[in-house]
Amino acid sequence: MELNNSKSKRITWWQRNQVKISPWIFLAPGLIFFSIYVIAPIFVSIGISFYQWDGLSPSMYVGLQNYIELLDDEYFYISLWNNLKWLIFFMLAVPIGLGLAIFLNQIVFGIRLIKSLFFFPFVISQVVIGLIFTWFYQPNYGVIAPFLNLIGLEGFSILANENTATYGIIFAGLYPQIAYCLILYLTGLNNINPEQIEAGRMDGAKGFHLFWNIVLPQLRHATFLAVVVTVIGALRSFDMVAIMTQGGPYGYSNVLAYYMFEQALSEYGYRMGYGSAIATVLFTIMMFYILFFIYRMYRNEREDNN
Amino acid sequence: MKKVIISLIMMFGIISSTSFAGTLVINTDTSDAAPKEAFEYIIKKFEEENPDVTVKWNVFDHEGYKQSIRNFLNTDPPDVANWYAGNRMLPFVRAGLFEDVSDIWKDSGWVDGNLSENMEHAKKSMTIGGKQWGIPYTYYQWGVYYRKDLFTANGISVPTTWDDFVAACATLKAAGITPITIGSKYLWTTAGVFDYLNLRTNGYEFHMDLTLGKVPYTDPKVQAVFDKWDELVKPGYFLENHAALSWQEALTPMVNGEAAMYVMGNFAVAPLKEAGLRDSNLGFFQFPEITPGIPMAEEAPTDTVHIPSKAKNKTDAKRFLIFMSRADVQEEINKILGQLPINKNSKVKKGDPFLAAGLNMLNNAYAMAQFYDRDAPAQMASEGMKGFQEYMSNPDRRQKILERLEKVRQRVYK
Repeated sequence: MELNNSKSKRITWWQRNQVKISPWIFLAPGLIFFSIYVIAPIFVSIGISFYQWDGLSPSMYVGLQNYIELLDDEYFYISLWNNLKWLIFFMLAVPIGLGLAIFLNQIVFGIRLIKSLFFFPFVISQVVIGLIFTWFYQPNYGVIAPFLNLIGLEGFSILANENTATYGIIFAGLYPQIAYCLILYLTGLNNINPEQIEAGRMDGAKGFHLFWNIVLPQLRHATFLAVVVTVIGALRSFDMVAIMTQGGPYGYSNVLAYYMFEQALSEYGYRMGYGSAIATVLFTIMMFYILFFIYRMYRNEREDNN
Repeated sequence: MKKVIISLIMMFGIISSTSFAGTLVINTDTSDAAPKEAFEYIIKKFEEENPDVTVKWNVFDHEGYKQSIRNFLNTDPPDVANWYAGNRMLPFVRAGLFEDVSDIWKDSGWVDGNLSENMEHAKKSMTIGGKQWGIPYTYYQWGVYYRKDLFTANGISVPTTWDDFVAACATLKAAGITPITIGSKYLWTTAGVFDYLNLRTNGYEFHMDLTLGKVPYTDPKVQAVFDKWDELVKPGYFLENHAALSWQEALTPMVNGEAAMYVMGNFAVAPLKEAGLRDSNLGFFQFPEITPGIPMAEEAPTDTVHIPSKAKNKTDAKRFLIFMSRADVQEEINKILGQLPINKNSKVKKGDPFLAAGLNMLNNAYAMAQFYDRDAPAQMASEGMKGFQEYMSNPDRRQKILERLEKVRQRVYK
């Protein structure tokens, strides 16, 4: 009896815990790599932000010095403000993408080709887009120069002016971002329930009404995704800035991501600690947003399950 | 047992020493055509003269090298690496990554004549803490490149004084020509203008004091530089929209005859000639005198070779450095590079009026500055050049900019 009991105990321990343990075993490779390459660097980076270090000489602990300096750094505020501009104006990609998607969501001869042409900007590298737009903006020679001349802005350079440079870059950034939102909405429109639209039509809904009350709610998931990728795109807007202005003129088109790079890793930089402090600030901003995103996703999933 | 171990160690020692003695690893950033050809030539020649040495040469991308050198000096040091003189090598010297090569400079028996004598004018920029840390092999002059035909058409002769220079600008501007072209997108071009205004207004010693952080940026002498700069910026003598253009893009107005002058290094001559300018309509003159009596110092950025302190084959590395310092070798390198040799006994490529003018100017120079971003530490230089660019677009913000630079100076040099 006793022997039998202990044997069955041993078996039941594994049986009892098998279900709990196996997901962790399957998750382990992912978790291990995620912690080594994503989680650990976050803490290392936050750690470095308390040091003064040029990457060569021994590092020196300076406490909150880097953050104190950040508070007194004109360029930091310019970059932060520009990030805000990016967040606001980059959002235009969502409604424009939706508009184009609805426009393209029809059955005409050759629509597939037209759709793929509209999607094309997203396929080209950001670097190429940045370069091409820089040429567009070129004073006197660029394609938009004749239009600027028409409104009396002869020889005006969008990227050399501290007030317009950021908008010039955002505009260039919108070009591929609109295409991205477009494709999200096109797939969303494919999944729309035709019966609901039919029903709405029967009840007399037309035009904007039909769109606002019946189509748009069904595109909720696409909208959510479009907003999320656009916000992330705006916060990590790095490549466009690097290609088009390098943060110039005199730092007025900088964003936090590029300013961090400039301080920590560019030819004249190598202030690892200061760069890490900027990275930490950027991370905190993103963290708020990511937490909100995770919370919403969690809530949505619970709603869907109910 | 002990004997066996000792003999094993000795054998290993012999094997490893023979396998290393013959190989010389050289890392360079000479990815552009002419520098690459120059190094191909000298490495071939070095191997011919030293048949016991095999050179392993790694060419890095010019821009990427600035990052790579920080890694390879620590992790995988070559025996020789190229770099730049002045403060640019300071971080590596300070971190103990470059070998002290003062003995090469001192020992006259190794080279034809005494190095210190033949390269006296470049010694200062190779010296940190009383020791020399590398060998310079090429440099080039800075100055004003101008359109001869535009000057003649407007009755302007080459200005030698500041007043003439400003008057020439005024005449050109009145004729609808942009007096001075500049592309400041990558910032450093502005430092060329600042350096010359500073060297001419306050002299070489002040330039060094400023870049070494000994003088505040709010100093009246710095203000005096900006007063002179105002005379060019406020009437709009510089190209408009310079902040959107790279230095190459700013050549276009000059080629098209829309701009007359460019404060630049000699490397601008090649693209200008490729774009169609000839010796007949492209000229060079020394940046004019501002404060009378101040000895004329020039900008002459110098390229150098160094031995990493962790190099495996320092013996052959030293042989290579001595080889690089020789008059005949420097002559050949610089013929290919189209630049100026450091060694006084080297001859310059004939039939190039720009090199001849440069050589003449530098041989008579009071001293040679390396350039703002090589003399000042990197962090100061980057903020400084940003400030210069902002000033050139908004001369009214001068005071604010200088106060900001002063704040940076106090942080960087503490």
